[in-house]
Amino acid sequence: MGAHILSGAVIEPRALNELIPDWKTKEAPLHTPVQQDRFLFLTSQSSYRLPTPPQMHNHGNYVVSLGNLCRWLAQQAEALGVEIYPGFAAAEVLYDDQGTVVGVATGDMGVGRDGQPTTTYQPGMELRARYTLFAEGCRGSLTKTLFQRFGLRAGIDPQAYGIGIKELWEIDPEKHQSGLVIHTIGWPLDRHTYGGSFLYPLENHQVAVGFVVGLDYQNPYLSPFEEFQRFKTHPAIRPTFEGGRRIAYGARTLSEGGLQSIPKLAFPGGLLIGDTAGFLNVSKIKGIHTTMKSGMVAAESVFDALGAAEPALEVDAYPDRLKQSWLWDELSQVRNIRPSFRWGLFGGVLYSALDTYLLRGRAPWTLHHHEDHKALKPARAYTPIEYPKPDGKVSFDKLSSVFISNTNHEEDQPCHLTLRDPNVPVTVNLAEYAGPEQRYCPAGVYEFVEEGGQSRLRINASNCVHCKTCDIKDPTQNIHWVVPEGGGGPNYPNM
Amino acid sequence: MKILVAVKRVVDYNVKVYPKADGSGVEIANVKMSMNPFDEIAVEEAVRQKELGKATEIVVASIGVSQCQEVLRAALAMGADRAILVETDAAPEPLVVAKLLKALVEREQPNLVILGKQAIDDDCNQTGQMLAALLGWGQGAFASKLTLGEQEIEVIREIDGGLETVALKLPAVITADLRLNEPRYVKLPNIMKAKKKPLATLNPGDLGVVLATQLTTLKVAEPPKREAGIKVADAAELVAKLRNDVKVI
Repeated sequence: MGAHILSGAVIEPRALNELIPDWKTKEAPLHTPVQQDRFLFLTSQSSYRLPTPPQMHNHGNYVVSLGNLCRWLAQQAEALGVEIYPGFAAAEVLYDDQGTVVGVATGDMGVGRDGQPTTTYQPGMELRARYTLFAEGCRGSLTKTLFQRFGLRAGIDPQAYGIGIKELWEIDPEKHQSGLVIHTIGWPLDRHTYGGSFLYPLENHQVAVGFVVGLDYQNPYLSPFEEFQRFKTHPAIRPTFEGGRRIAYGARTLSEGGLQSIPKLAFPGGLLIGDTAGFLNVSKIKGIHTTMKSGMVAAESVFDALGAAEPALEVDAYPDRLKQSWLWDELSQVRNIRPSFRWGLFGGVLYSALDTYLLRGRAPWTLHHHEDHKALKPARAYTPIEYPKPDGKVSFDKLSSVFISNTNHEEDQPCHLTLRDPNVPVTVNLAEYAGPEQRYCPAGVYEFVEEGGQSRLRINASNCVHCKTCDIKDPTQNIHWVVPEGGGGPNYPNM
Repeated sequence: MKILVAVKRVVDYNVKVYPKADGSGVEIANVKMSMNPFDEIAVEEAVRQKELGKATEIVVASIGVSQCQEVLRAALAMGADRAILVETDAAPEPLVVAKLLKALVEREQPNLVILGKQAIDDDCNQTGQMLAALLGWGQGAFASKLTLGEQEIEVIREIDGGLETVALKLPAVITADLRLNEPRYVKLPNIMKAKKKPLATLNPGDLGVVLATQLTTLKVAEPPKREAGIKVADAAELVAKLRNDVKVI
């Protein structure tokens, strides 16, 4: 349980207070209250303290491991008699004759690399339900099919994504400042790329450090992983990690689109909840409270629907109630912050200040998002970025990083990173964009290799940490991420 | 024919563990825990013997914290019939485990006990052998094939440089090696059914065993990092380095 969960994370306990008001006595893993915020702008050698924007004030919030919070929530649910079956991937949506969603099917187990059953073959199983709630997290692979089938994204903005890469460190106790939350913008990213870092202190002199890069970046030579490694070598950051020990690594995409990218949430037989719909409040850099709230409102709506004399096919009460809740207000106020960064770092910061302090989120206009994969520009317009070599102390290479994500997949199974056209990686991605998948993948899954004078894309699917970046950023949307055999993937502790 | 299988809850084999900062042990807080893979093979073998019609009942037992119930439920989902947890917060040593298992054997009277050859956390590889000695039963350690008869069991053992076939009189103790079988994937409906199978909880005191410790862990540390290699110009330099610096010749 919680083995695939990765987040910063600072949690605003608003939704948790509503769901389990006595979470403190029930020993929820919220141990580290935030006492102080620091917001830094970095140049390559210096750091400047910026006023912390009001959304980023963290008074009353806690630094947590979302994985541990999920484990705790699962225990609470199981104590109430909820049955949870981790280790089985939902591989397919089931429909009835009328096209209503009637459940999901789990994936087959024990299928060989060639697609043929092996001696351990176990067919998947159908799980049928009156209502199915999809909570796949950012860029859900089944949600994607639901978008198409029911046209849930008609008339709204495309989703905007970011990739977050995170490490957990055990640092010198003397350098550990409990309760001090630091965010940075600026270096090492260029001014046209949205992103920044976080440093969150945890208990046992641990620190969660991470870097988020908006996936609307343009330069195909950019590597979010290398930017993160480089970030840690900044003179203001490096001392924190010197003499420390890196204990975990992982990556996951996040939905940054906000209000204008929220799809239609209800369809016949089902609902979308959490980050697969996209309720992150980017300017707060928080989404746990909104995601929880969406699940709570969905549960209440479904509960009422099941009790009705004639249960509705589509639970419209869920989006209706959500629009009446604080979640919608909150996302509405900050809706223009993220898209304003299309004007670069300074334009975005300026606009955000204006929107926040003067307009107070009530601008009469709404800025829009564009599709991330279309933002990538051909490689000929850029020169390759020379990233510094990892020093093995503060910065690391990809393979030693993936190693401590504890990711694992059964080797003998079909590749779960499918290509719609097997030629496109070489003819388009390599020729036009210099093979960006080698760089945006934070787990070293994609490699172009020379064989007999010909380039070929090698996919090391067993390295995959299920972040979904490739599914999002591939310039022609040729990569289609599907669930691997159940139980495969990262095994994050305390992430 | 009744089979007793002992299973241990260990850090999942995919997790890369690291020592705690104070060197008192390995960090396991919030780490994924699973059934010891060799014990999974032991459970699978028992289930296969039942499916062959040679065994009638499979009892699984675990010793440890209350979360060991999850591991027992997994064994029940694979096909065991009932489970016993000997609950203790201590981490008992192999000899204590063997004594507890002996007490369970006396209670349950199985014809065969199957264990994993070793647990992947402490790699002791002792419990099965100790149990056989305490019971005065024959043992077939490192088994890669079992042929179960009425009075006897034939065991193919993996030994240095080959395979050894032994015949043991029942009752006997078997420890499972990697090649004994490939454990099945558990079916979702079987996980559901396993929740309803009986699981009894005992205390070490119920079995009359004192949890004595004879071992003290002094320190747990990471192995030294391997240093980068160097290039030598010729054979003479290589010999000189091996003789003078590394001192191996």
